[in-house]
Amino acid sequence: MSTAYTADEMMTVAAARMLRNGAVCFVGIGLPSTAANLARLTHAPDAVLVYESGPIGAKPSVLPLSIGDGNLAETADTVVSTPEIFRYWLQGGRIDVGFLGAAQLDRFANINTTVVGPYAKPKVRLPGAGGAPEITSSAKEVLIVVKQSKRTFVEKVDFVTSVGFLAGGDSREQAGLTGKGPVAVITDLCILRPDPISRELKVATIHPGVDREMIASNCGWQIQFDENCTQTEPPTEEGLRVLRDLKARTAAAHGVEGEAA
Amino acid sequence: MAEWVSLAEAVASNVRDGDCVAMEGFTHLIPFAAGHEIIRQRRRSLSLIRMTPDLIYDQLIGAGCAEKLTFSWGGNPGVGSLHRFRDAVENDWPVPLAIEERSHSDLANAYVAGAANLPFAVLRGYTGSDFARVNDRIRSITCPFTGEVLAATPAVRPDVTVIHAQKADWKGNVLLWGILGVQKEAVLAAKRVIVTVEERVRSLDAAANACILPSWVVTAVCEVPRGATPSYAHGYYDRDNVFYRAWDSISRDRERFSAWIDRHVLQTESFANYLKLQNDPRVQAVYS
Repeated sequence: MSTAYTADEMMTVAAARMLRNGAVCFVGIGLPSTAANLARLTHAPDAVLVYESGPIGAKPSVLPLSIGDGNLAETADTVVSTPEIFRYWLQGGRIDVGFLGAAQLDRFANINTTVVGPYAKPKVRLPGAGGAPEITSSAKEVLIVVKQSKRTFVEKVDFVTSVGFLAGGDSREQAGLTGKGPVAVITDLCILRPDPISRELKVATIHPGVDREMIASNCGWQIQFDENCTQTEPPTEEGLRVLRDLKARTAAAHGVEGEAA
Repeated sequence: MAEWVSLAEAVASNVRDGDCVAMEGFTHLIPFAAGHEIIRQRRRSLSLIRMTPDLIYDQLIGAGCAEKLTFSWGGNPGVGSLHRFRDAVENDWPVPLAIEERSHSDLANAYVAGAANLPFAVLRGYTGSDFARVNDRIRSITCPFTGEVLAATPAVRPDVTVIHAQKADWKGNVLLWGILGVQKEAVLAAKRVIVTVEERVRSLDAAANACILPSWVVTAVCEVPRGATPSYAHGYYDRDNVFYRAWDSISRDRERFSAWIDRHVLQTESFANYLKLQNDPRVQAVYS
């Protein structure tokens, strides 16, 4: 097989690597679910995947198209009700990592999945919150995977659906939020991490073949690069093979591309 | 005690214009047949509640049945937008739709509060977000023991809850399994309850801790095989992903949507006839 890979594959592999083996991970549908399952099928076989529809310890052989697909229930250690997921397992403090996507993101990793434009008369009505507001506040830490563009990386989000570091600095702690917040944002161009003091996202590693100009021109704010910024480790052949097999199995099972919106 | 009736009778006697209606099912067991029957009987001014509006509420909203929607995630799962929902919010078509937007955790807690006969739900949520700015029913309460400030939101108390389940016995005791979502809580929070089931059986033969809704918390029970399609019923049939994808183009355009609702829902007599039409190869060809 070829070791050439797409920017999307780099993003998914880089996101998967962030999930440590054994972590209990609350998984959003789409890119986060792809990355979390890739992690489970490679370096993190003991990661516990929790989906908001109720499956705990799901081990799907193909990617779910919806957050409540039957194969999540069939392969889970247990399936609980949705109130129980949010009350006992998330709010109860049992989630190590929340793995989420975003429609809009600002420099402090605040997420908007609600509206583009004013709330009362939106230009685009997006799906809304789902489980994300309480995941970003209650999970011990948060990973965000999102394709980078000026449309997604904005100076100011039109609506704060789910909080990152609010206005930066210690404003998250001041607000009394329990979890640590976003520890990394993985895009198709780079990996960003919050500055320990200002909490502004800074480019920590740049994916192979990407330059600083590409990252800056796909960002709506003046993006900062960490002084120790390095290159992202490229995907291994094994990682790519497992990801492509997973996607092929998914396409065959669903009759459609297995990547959720 | 639940009464075994036809779905048409159940909707006629339990769903009234202006009612607050919850039709739950988290991706799984979505009561599509009942949703169609509400459209067929041309109910109006409903206040709809559902965590994930999905295609079922896109159809009800586009057909003009709703004046308010309370929800927490309004998309076509795995596909993209709900175009009828968006058209109603963005352009008031076919009628204006008021929205009350909450989070999954909030609505799940609010159903629990409703089932427990409490006036409001308490949760650790919404901190730092913009929700309270646009929804004045999202408030806060201070814990009398620790002083912690927590989110407080009104309980969900539907006039009618509608769910789909796998089985009911001849007495109307209902059994469901797989992904359960908030169905049990939605049933116990409601004044009246309609349950459609895949099959009517002599005995449920279920384990002691199975999710069983006793007959006496259900108002009407109806046998509607495949009543959750295009969503799925665990142990019976899979999700019709092709239809979920096709809905994106059917619903994108007002005329095409209206023609679809006319032909497939308003002009069919029952869900069985709708399914027959769906299985027609000429109809199938349109989706592929």
